[in-house]
Amino acid sequence: MVTDKGVWSRLRLRLLFTGPTLFAFVAVMIVPFLYGIYLTFTNWDGISTTQSLVGFQNYGSVFKDAEFWKSFGLTLKYVLFTVVFINVLAFLLAYLLTKGLKGQSFFRAGFFLPNLLGGIVLGFIWQFIFNNVLVFLGQKMGIGLFSTSWLSDPNRAFWTLVIVAVWQYAGYMMVIYVAGLTGVPGDILEAASIDGANGWLKMTRMTIPLMVPSFIVCIFLSLQRGFMVYDVNLALTKGGPFKSTELVSMHVYQKAFLSRDYGVGQAEALVLFLIVAVITLLQVYFSKKMEVEA
Amino acid sequence: MQRFKKQTSWLTVIGLSVILFVFIVPFVLLLFNSVKANKDITSSPLNLPKGFVFSNYTIALDKMNYFHAFANSVIITLFSVLFISLFAAMTAHYFVRHNTKFNQYTFLLMVASMIIPFQAIMIPLVKIYGSLNMLNNKWALIFMYIGFGCSLAIFIYHGFVKSIPKELEEAAMIDGCTPTQTFFRIVFPVLMPTTATITILNVLWIWNDFLLPSLVLVDPLQRTLPLSTFNFYGTYTVDYGPLMASLVLSIFPVVIIYLFAQKYIIQGVMQGSVK
Repeated sequence: MVTDKGVWSRLRLRLLFTGPTLFAFVAVMIVPFLYGIYLTFTNWDGISTTQSLVGFQNYGSVFKDAEFWKSFGLTLKYVLFTVVFINVLAFLLAYLLTKGLKGQSFFRAGFFLPNLLGGIVLGFIWQFIFNNVLVFLGQKMGIGLFSTSWLSDPNRAFWTLVIVAVWQYAGYMMVIYVAGLTGVPGDILEAASIDGANGWLKMTRMTIPLMVPSFIVCIFLSLQRGFMVYDVNLALTKGGPFKSTELVSMHVYQKAFLSRDYGVGQAEALVLFLIVAVITLLQVYFSKKMEVEA
Repeated sequence: MQRFKKQTSWLTVIGLSVILFVFIVPFVLLLFNSVKANKDITSSPLNLPKGFVFSNYTIALDKMNYFHAFANSVIITLFSVLFISLFAAMTAHYFVRHNTKFNQYTFLLMVASMIIPFQAIMIPLVKIYGSLNMLNNKWALIFMYIGFGCSLAIFIYHGFVKSIPKELEEAAMIDGCTPTQTFFRIVFPVLMPTTATITILNVLWIWNDFLLPSLVLVDPLQRTLPLSTFNFYGTYTVDYGPLMASLVLSIFPVVIIYLFAQKYIIQGVMQGSVK
């Protein structure tokens, strides 16, 4: 009797404490993920209630879909440049803003501002800047580079995406680097100064190695966001001109919801997942190896 | 040496100001142009406004269905964040205090799932919830946010719950609290700083999210603010004034809150990332 009541009350407690999250987690993440794997083996067109199994045909289509690989390559290029530029700028800003300058919290707040806004709004703001403001400036002052809109030039449109991403995320990563920099113990830097180490030596031999955890987090975050970007891409360039800026996330969306190729779209989403998972795990693994203790 | 230091710090301030200017100038241009007449925007986007074209704002408010979209965004963000914080804290607490194999593996599965990109989920999500007739419903969307948001929240809470001394809870139990009472009277209040961090991270994400609501909410009356901004911008291309005004209106609520809470927001992001 007593144990019976104990079992029930413990079960009730478990259900109360873990039930809601587990239910939502399984219903929103796990089931769709597994069902998504199943979908890649079917020919669902998005409308019919039934679908038949087609084996690996969709995966075959993924490998033959030149546009998928083109947008994947473009995404790789985009990720490479954004990760480097975002982190270099963010680290530089964080370094300058932890030296106790007057008004440094004001600067931090300003650099962080773009992160408060959604990608749709940011994309439209920059569309206006690139289409109107810079073109106006370029024509007025005779700067050839700006006299036509960057957004209508297939080569330059790519760089608008990079510029907006750096502008958007540098402040966010700066905040993380500020946290890391303030965590570097001051006494060991002082000891190094007494031993005659100059600023550069202290930076490369002590500060940067001690900040490896911050670098892991920031590179991880900027990698993930780079691969997943959709809303800025949609609002700023819509993938154009001539699909020259269609990043992979947009491609998957188009494939599934506009071309109604759900099976292929889902297979591409899973291929993307696998590649991103491998890249981020490798990144975390190799950077963990570089971690040192103060 | 002292003078040299002073000079370099001046140079730093100037350099930083230039970069800050580049960061802020798009917003300023947007604000100025939102009150200009269409021909002034296209002919001289850099000039100060000559007057105040009020109709830009009335058109945008009306065509965006602004107040409706704003209310939708508030309801969705508020309830999602509330449920994520509460349920995730409970789960994390339960996992730490009942450290069984099953709970350990569940926790690991949740942490591992954070690497799954939304793109790998979205197509089956639309299919499953569409066939259940659950699209176009705010509460279904809130439920999805709980499912997507709980892993990170549980992960962050997990770390902090471990630092709460067990004796605190044992004392409450001896005084006659049930486990549920102990959680709500002792543990949850102690977790307040973590809850603040999780709230900030989730508000930033959910308030601005576009892709998930665009897949779930089809009915124009259900639209959130980002959806209505996008829709307005996509269909209303007559003149620039109202478009600029619509962007200002989307930015406005966030910037107001930021002015008052920027210290906490930046701190929240800092703490959320260190974990």
